[in-house]
Amino acid sequence: MGYMEIIIGGIFVNNILLAQFLGNCPFLGTSKKMETAVGMAMAVVFVLVLAGVITWLLYAFFLVPYKLVYMRTIAFILVIASLVQFVEMFLKKSIPALYAGLGIFLPLITTNCAVFGACILNIDKELSFMKTLVQSTAYAMGFGLALILFAGVRERIILSRVPKPLQDTSIGLVTAGILSLTFYAFKGMI
Amino acid sequence: MAKTLTQEFTKGLWEEIAPFRLVLGLCPVLGVTTTVENGIGMGLATTFVLVFSNLLVASLRNIIPSKVRIACFIIIIATFVVVTELLMQAFAYTLFLKLGVFIPLIVVNCIVLGRAEAFASKNSITLSIADGLGIGIGFTLSLAALGSLRELFGANNLTIWTTPTSVIGVQEVFGPHFQPFSFMVQAPGAFVCLGLMLCIMNLLGSK
Repeated sequence: MGYMEIIIGGIFVNNILLAQFLGNCPFLGTSKKMETAVGMAMAVVFVLVLAGVITWLLYAFFLVPYKLVYMRTIAFILVIASLVQFVEMFLKKSIPALYAGLGIFLPLITTNCAVFGACILNIDKELSFMKTLVQSTAYAMGFGLALILFAGVRERIILSRVPKPLQDTSIGLVTAGILSLTFYAFKGMI
Repeated sequence: MAKTLTQEFTKGLWEEIAPFRLVLGLCPVLGVTTTVENGIGMGLATTFVLVFSNLLVASLRNIIPSKVRIACFIIIIATFVVVTELLMQAFAYTLFLKLGVFIPLIVVNCIVLGRAEAFASKNSITLSIADGLGIGIGFTLSLAALGSLRELFGANNLTIWTTPTSVIGVQEVFGPHFQPFSFMVQAPGAFVCLGLMLCIMNLLGSK
């Protein structure tokens, strides 16, 4: 599998939100306003790439040599939780502007299944280190793209008249289905 | 006491049925419900983790310091997820392969952490177990409902359980000439189906 295929596959064909169903809680939760959607997308790009790389290193140099592979769920979630905490402290001290921009979304990422799921998928596919880096970046960009597109659509829905039982999350899910259909059209590319 | 115990149990079945009322834990709801079997399997695995993490969190609720409680809850949940993974590898390997990445993902399922934080850390052990069972069974039922809808129209089958030698369930429900509506078992169908089910729940609930 070449790098180009990984990039196209990660962003469009196997989009982590719309084709693999990972990270749907923040997808529906933060997409009501463009501002929050952009914040969440940025935070995910940042953490997903870091987490993908670090969990790969942990898996290859610690869990496999010591035969602790069955512990990877616990190990990964601990790494992600402490990574998020660490990134938060680091940004607060050194890049306060970015920290203020990400705001509440940074701590929320610990329970974002997109981050954890992408790490597990990278390990399951047995990718090399460089490919893990590329794959994580592609997944993160796919997440950002889908979230920002969806937020744009959702901002328009608020202005239109929706039948009462369909309001809010319900129409959001149907819209997500239609958006997912557009991404589905990329299926044949790889 | 007995009455409140049943109340805690039954609230998870309708009043607070997890995926619809709370709109939490949507990833497995959308991801695995291509067949009834996957839905039930995923639901039972989540129920197992929910009950045992609720049990442990409730029994340790006076020992865990409140500042680091979230980290403690996550470790407790992760432990039971690993137990589930190993048990499924031993006793239901085909199902384990089908569910794939969604079994380790129970760790980050908002429902489990949400119940630990909102209920088990404040209530007694028996009440917490009842709550975990109720929410878990409600979750299983909604997964099974969505799964049966998608499998029925998308693949014309209803599979309850697959063993290596045989399949328990109904094949070709609408007869051999029915053309399956394959949109339903693909990714877009999951979103649309769940959205419409939520709409029906709202309609029933508003009366």
